[in-house]
Amino acid sequence: MPWTKIYSNKEEFEKAAAGSTLRGITYKEAILEATSRMLEQDKSVFVIGEGVDDAGGVFGTTKNLHLKFGKDRVMDSPLAENGITGIAIGAAISGMRPILVHMRVDFLPLTLDQIINHAAKWHYMFGGKLSVPLVVRAIIGRGWGSAAQHSQSLPSLFTNIPGLRVLMPATPYDAKGLLRAAVYDGNPVIIIEHRWLYDHMGHVPEDDYTVPIGKGIVRREGKDATVVGISYMAYEAMRAAEALSKEGIETEVIDPRTVKPLDMGLIIESVKKTGRLVIADTGWKECSVGAEIVARIMEESCGILKAPVVRVNLPETPTPASPALEKAYYPGVDHIISAVKKTIQK
Amino acid sequence: MDILEFYKKALTIRFFEEKVDWLFSRGLLGGTTHLCIGQEATAVGVVGALRQDDYIVSTHRGHGHLIAKGADITKIFSELLGKREGYCKGRGGTQHLCVMELNFLGTNGITGGGLPIAAGAALSIKLSGEDRIAVCFFGEGASNQGTFHESLNMASIWNLPILFVCENNMYAMSTRFSDISKFDDVALRAASFGIPSVIIDGMDAGRVFENTKKIAEKIRQGGGPALIEAKTYRFCGHSKSDARLYRTREEEAAWKQKDPLPKMELKLLEVISQGEIEVIKRSIKASVDDAYEVAVAGEDPGVEEALEGAYAQREDLLPQGNI
Ligand SMILES: Cc1ncc(C[n+]2csc(CCOP(=O)(O)OP(=O)(O)O)c2C)c(N)n1
Repeated sequence: MPWTKIYSNKEEFEKAAAGSTLRGITYKEAILEATSRMLEQDKSVFVIGEGVDDAGGVFGTTKNLHLKFGKDRVMDSPLAENGITGIAIGAAISGMRPILVHMRVDFLPLTLDQIINHAAKWHYMFGGKLSVPLVVRAIIGRGWGSAAQHSQSLPSLFTNIPGLRVLMPATPYDAKGLLRAAVYDGNPVIIIEHRWLYDHMGHVPEDDYTVPIGKGIVRREGKDATVVGISYMAYEAMRAAEALSKEGIETEVIDPRTVKPLDMGLIIESVKKTGRLVIADTGWKECSVGAEIVARIMEESCGILKAPVVRVNLPETPTPASPALEKAYYPGVDHIISAVKKTIQK
Repeated sequence: MDILEFYKKALTIRFFEEKVDWLFSRGLLGGTTHLCIGQEATAVGVVGALRQDDYIVSTHRGHGHLIAKGADITKIFSELLGKREGYCKGRGGTQHLCVMELNFLGTNGITGGGLPIAAGAALSIKLSGEDRIAVCFFGEGASNQGTFHESLNMASIWNLPILFVCENNMYAMSTRFSDISKFDDVALRAASFGIPSVIIDGMDAGRVFENTKKIAEKIRQGGGPALIEAKTYRFCGHSKSDARLYRTREEEAAWKQKDPLPKMELKLLEVISQGEIEVIKRSIKASVDDAYEVAVAGEDPGVEEALEGAYAQREDLLPQGNI
């Protein structure tokens, strides 16, 4: 399918799209389109968050929706993250389908009481009497000045909690389809988007569709090593794979798309073939999604690895502000290339 | 207001809570529980003034609110006992009792956790253009939580149909409100959000009812949020193991003089006899005992049920026309 393809940059997409009738839009436009379609079709859907009616519209993802649907359905909110989350939960259990938007993932820690103690638990602890169809979108920042409090990824805060789902779409196609799937899933879903993905382009159908939650995708086939690239790191993994290919190493790139639930079947199948695994993640290493993937391989099929796993994560410090320091801080394509080589040399 | 009905509800709450207390003392119930003995008038007065379709969000001290809303006490006992027949199949317990068919959105083990959720239910009502209201109970202790301030602010700016009911029983566990607040009245805080408030005698069910009725109707007609602070007192300890060293026996005796139940009986004597009151008491006591017996004879959930239901299966939600 053309929309399962991943393009590392705009030129690459345009080259591939030349002469085709398939439509290409950016990641942020895909989110905007999905949101707009749901607001149009479903009276119970509404958007709430700090600055959702701002002229910029949360980096373009909610732009002008308030003009089209009114401020009652695209609600700017006070700075009160835990309170807004509670409001969204209350609305969700009484028949609405809120999409709660945070400019930064870093603001999610202020909402943990409502998400962990309430949203995640209510379906279970109330004996299945109600469900909490709540969607929380939050964006990972990166780049000069983002620094320690505007750059975190933090999926592990939520992947540890039964009752929650955590999605990390990497492509415009998945951003649109997973947002729709999240709104109609019926459970509290956290969607972590990466700011650097927002201008990436890809094929996105105009029709409505959902991407199944819990299904990863093979972005590139290869026989020598498997790289699981999460969110933005799926692109770095693709670049690494292209470079390695020139040296005769064929890397399989897997984009899990959703990190809770994780498509372990897909990852294990790939590692059975390659015997080597690198995990490239947007966050820190300890108790991370990568840690979970490795643990599950150990539990389910520990014999399939021919070499130790290598993980590519952020160093164990907060993110620095200085561009010089930041450059040293973030791992990227080169780290993935050396990681793959390391697994192959073993 | 039907004083007889109110009295019966209040008595049911009292006997229910006393039974729970007794069960704990005999080791027949485990964990912990927070009883509302002494606070029955706020539960029956507030809830009695509402419509069946109004939402209620409750607290850790919520048995009374739930009984007042019309719950079946057998199913509450079942839930406390961890039985399958309980309102939440034994998965919730005392602090997580939810009865959707009564629009009762849960007791809550997180102090102050229910405040924004109630505001969210009120937002739903507003967005759907209904004339229901949401009522949120909370203690004076919860009024120091951020959620209190956040929720009152949002209720106010969005003109939400919500009634905040503070049951000020003066103590949050062992902490006296005057030690953790510059002012004795929670109602003062409402003013800073432009929310009208009243302070009422929470030991007088009639007062509570009349005030709630009037205020609830105003909210129903689009008047926006309001807050009632009911001054009350829990006659028992905070939870099951509380020697109440933080307050004097004299203070307790003074508040017991204001017990809401004898007050209701005095009113009732204008229409029925003491003998009839005694009959009612005996019959309600017996029905509480019977409810417990039925509940305790119920089934334990199967162990596999512990592992079910972390996620809702809601295939019904997705609209048609998806590719
Ligand atoms: C977030 C949180 N902090 C602390 C507690 C422990 N706790 C349970 S009840 C309670 C006191 C609450 O006081 P108040 O809100 O006045 O209600 P009351 O118990 O007086 O009915 C406390 C501190 C808790 N359950 N949740």
